[in-house]
Amino acid sequence: MEAYLFYIVATIAVIAGVYLIFEKNPVFSALYLIQTMVCIAVLYILLEAQFIAAVQIIVYAGAIMVLFLFVIMLLNVSASEESKNALPFQRIPAVVMGIVLLVSIGLILKSKLPQGKQGEYTSAYVNTIGNTKLIGNLLFTDYLLPFEVTSILLFVAAIGAIMLAKRKL
Amino acid sequence: MITLTHYLVLSAILFTLGVVGVLIRRNAIIIFMCIELMLNAVNLSFVAFAHYLNSMQGQMFVFFTMTVAAAEAAVGLAIIVAVFRNKETVNIDDINIMKW
Repeated sequence: MEAYLFYIVATIAVIAGVYLIFEKNPVFSALYLIQTMVCIAVLYILLEAQFIAAVQIIVYAGAIMVLFLFVIMLLNVSASEESKNALPFQRIPAVVMGIVLLVSIGLILKSKLPQGKQGEYTSAYVNTIGNTKLIGNLLFTDYLLPFEVTSILLFVAAIGAIMLAKRKL
Repeated sequence: MITLTHYLVLSAILFTLGVVGVLIRRNAIIIFMCIELMLNAVNLSFVAFAHYLNSMQGQMFVFFTMTVAAAEAAVGLAIIVAVFRNKETVNIDDINIMKW
């Protein structure tokens, strides 16, 4: 059952990804990317990372992609971008190089599957406490400094976005 | 049975799609979306590793990656809006004033 779900969701994610890069209309591209992100959220649930799945939907599919759609509609970008493509011969080498990259990653995976020390957070242990509670505990103990630095990062990003989008600097 | 390799192969395919998208598209917004796709592919392999190694560190990393992605999207889209205001285009072939 789990295997079927994985294969179905993975197929949908890859097909939506292919449509994302070959779609002419940017709005449809954004919608296909949202489709891929929702599929990845389902895979997170299969991997027992429920909190990350919820954050994936809320932050990525919700916030970031809505921002993308707003900008696409604000700029009113037409679908005619490909008509004045200065490097039309770039497509085929790009696809070939993509296949080469995929094959090389596959060879690395085939030759040596990355292994590591098994951690203490087994599935049964996580289920007794709860995924979200564990992440919250870790966030405010072991990862407190990165968490605080993140707040500064978001603050700087907000100021930077406002400065860049202002009409007169 | 779904193993770690399945997830890593799916992650590799999605990452490659993102790379190919960056290389063949000319619209700055779509290139940006392909970068988001690559970030998502890496996040997927992080969570897969975390699950199969019984660790929590992968999920923590994904949490911070998402924060950085949100900040990056905000600043990047602001840059695209600023460029569009000056050049009236988001086609990266027309934004080549730094080429010379």
